[in-house]
Amino acid sequence: MENTMKQLPPKPVDLKKRIYHWAIAIVTIVVIVWSCIGINFGRIKESAGQITGAIFAGIFHPDWSYVYNGSGEDLISQLWETICIAFLGTFISAIISLPFAFWAAHTKHKKWYVSRTGKLVLAVIRSFPEIVLALMFIKAVGPGSAAGVFALGFHSVGMLAKLFSEAIENLETGANEAVSAAGGSKWNIITFATMPNLMPELISNTLYRFDVSIRSASILGLVGAGGIGYPLIIALQYRQWNRVGIILLGIIIMVVIIDWISGWIRKKLV
Amino acid sequence: MAKQPMIQLKDVTKVYDNGTVGLKDINLEIDKGEFVVVVGLSGAGKSTLLRSINRLQDISEGNILIDGKSITQAKGKNLRLIRRDIGMIFQSFNLVKRSSVLRNVLTGRVAYYPTWKTTFNLFSKEDKQKAYEALQRVDLADKVYTRADQLSGGQQQRVAIARVLTQNPKIILADEPTASLDPQTSRRVMHDLKMLNEDYGMTVLANLHSVELAREFGDRVIGVRAGQIVYDGKMSETPQSVFDDIYSGKNGEKTEAEDE
Amino acid sequence: MSNSQIPNHELPKKKLKVMNIVWVLVLVIGFFLSVDTTNAHISVLLAPQNFSQFADIFVQMCRPDWSYASTAIPLVIETIKMAVLGTVIGSVIAFIYSLLIARNIIKNKVVTGVLRFIMNIIRTLPDLLLGAIFVAIVGIGPVAGVFALSVFTFGVVVKLFYEAIETIDPGPIEALTAVGANKFQIICFAVMPQIITYFISYVLYAFEINVRASTVLGYIGAGGIGLYLQQTLQVFAYDKTGTIIIVIIIVVVLIDYISSKSREALMK
Repeated sequence: MENTMKQLPPKPVDLKKRIYHWAIAIVTIVVIVWSCIGINFGRIKESAGQITGAIFAGIFHPDWSYVYNGSGEDLISQLWETICIAFLGTFISAIISLPFAFWAAHTKHKKWYVSRTGKLVLAVIRSFPEIVLALMFIKAVGPGSAAGVFALGFHSVGMLAKLFSEAIENLETGANEAVSAAGGSKWNIITFATMPNLMPELISNTLYRFDVSIRSASILGLVGAGGIGYPLIIALQYRQWNRVGIILLGIIIMVVIIDWISGWIRKKLV
Repeated sequence: MAKQPMIQLKDVTKVYDNGTVGLKDINLEIDKGEFVVVVGLSGAGKSTLLRSINRLQDISEGNILIDGKSITQAKGKNLRLIRRDIGMIFQSFNLVKRSSVLRNVLTGRVAYYPTWKTTFNLFSKEDKQKAYEALQRVDLADKVYTRADQLSGGQQQRVAIARVLTQNPKIILADEPTASLDPQTSRRVMHDLKMLNEDYGMTVLANLHSVELAREFGDRVIGVRAGQIVYDGKMSETPQSVFDDIYSGKNGEKTEAEDE
Repeated sequence: MSNSQIPNHELPKKKLKVMNIVWVLVLVIGFFLSVDTTNAHISVLLAPQNFSQFADIFVQMCRPDWSYASTAIPLVIETIKMAVLGTVIGSVIAFIYSLLIARNIIKNKVVTGVLRFIMNIIRTLPDLLLGAIFVAIVGIGPVAGVFALSVFTFGVVVKLFYEAIETIDPGPIEALTAVGANKFQIICFAVMPQIITYFISYVLYAFEINVRASTVLGYIGAGGIGLYLQQTLQVFAYDKTGTIIIVIIIVVVLIDYISSKSREALMK
């Protein structure tokens, strides 16, 4: 019986597909190899291991006198300031984002170029480096957390308005039609149909953005825009590795707690 | 020396973590070349019984011997070698949907290869031919390079049968092989299983829902209720009343041992 | 109750939702506390001299010095190289790590628990912060940037990828176990085909983020175009800063576009 069996035919080759796959593979490898050229991994400082050890030592043996001493320069106060920057920045950006979102949502306009331009503007805002924005605000209002708040507030619009506009686009149109059928104006539609349906999504996106903002706020200080980043960069410059360790620990705990809270609220929303 | 049974269960008990009893004091012997059908309500422990035999589930007490070797005590490589001799057909086919039919059939052979060879897909020419022949046995030769997700349910189950055939096991466990198929394809799949049993002498142990299919294909029938064997006999000597009794479900529904 | 006897009963009072009031209170108090702490009054921003300063910088940036663009090219290339290397290194580690923390592959809950804890900690650290730390550890230059981006990529990819692994169809894993395959063969035959496209998609996504991140890493000395941001801003050469920013935006938007198109093609 086995003898009557046919031989396995060779795999049919889809030449176009195969060339395509090989091309992608080769390009990828070439790009990776090209990237390795010119970046000298041999030039790492000899003290690298030692410094890493010192930072970890700081995490495990925290300098408690720095954690809280009531001077306003201690870890807790700085973390609090960071949270405030993130909170206010997110608050501002959520408000600014709303009109932008309606501008960029394609279901709200009959003419295609309106939403396209809106999306483009948001893309540009997103790509504008946050740090540079922070520096510009520092020039305007002086170093400190206010500059951080404004920088975050404007930068977050790029991402938040994009999320908002996607939420608007995903809305069902039924309720809108009901309101306009009852003779409602465009403004009526937004307040009576769109907003109530949109609310949970908006809150959820804003909370998500708050998570991101907390992380951003903790680095704005690196350029002098307030928050925990400033003492960190100082500690790095003065080689106070223990201090670096404890600040890192503080940031980690802060972010974990905020993530946990916002995750908890978002879960309750659904 | 007495003839050694192919599968032997000795005082097998399975209690789930949540306290439900899946199997209770099962003693069972199945000889080489038998086509055994296990019938019972869902939740009676049919699946648990089958999945204990190749240890997809561990049992709580007792011992299971496969061709004289204990799978219950086997570990690591030995366990895998025993499993290599037991093919399995699943209700949901369990094919890798994004892989080609050929590659799916070849997975039946992986336990015959060292790890590094399978990683680089280095199957021997003979094995590829064997896989192709298995596909011809189930009439799917023309689909050999098709992606598995493009086949119908019945075709997928036949690919799974070809996979088992390529594995060349001594035993085949079929866990509700026809539950997700229509009657016609079900019969086709059962025919293929019967073919493995008759032409290759493989011992088949199949869970079946349908009494009709059980009657048509089984040589021996085992009735399970509430984790216990309540009937065991030759199909030809089994009156309809036995089936009626098993499916009357006096206490079968209470145990929810199976996932289904 | 008694309402049913009255044919035209009055509108029942709206139930007061206590929690909603609590949330609003939290928001309002949070708002004023934050304003107080950060001193970020809108009046500060809109004070004439402040606002005009800001506008002035902006106007100068909008008149970019194009001759400077050519100077920027070598560092733009270095930036992209950093992003590529960071993505590759981080993704490779994330790939292995994800398999170790997926509960449908590693059954030992202690192992997955500990490894997940470490992952969650790494994920809390933002890119620039990692950059600053690596500059301190390995010294100024692109190597610090590559390390920072590797760690950052790891955090991004590992979370997405292990969640994808945990949602795969368990059937093939069972089938492979039943034929006697070992762990490695199970991964190779049952897990990989199901998730590899997701992995590539996540890597591309991480690459997009990395390109963005790598453009500013130079500001703190971790290599790439960000260095020029810092240099030009220090000497108040805003026209040159403007050029750099435009170059950055072009690169970022271009790579975003390519990457999202490839991801779409992949998922088809």
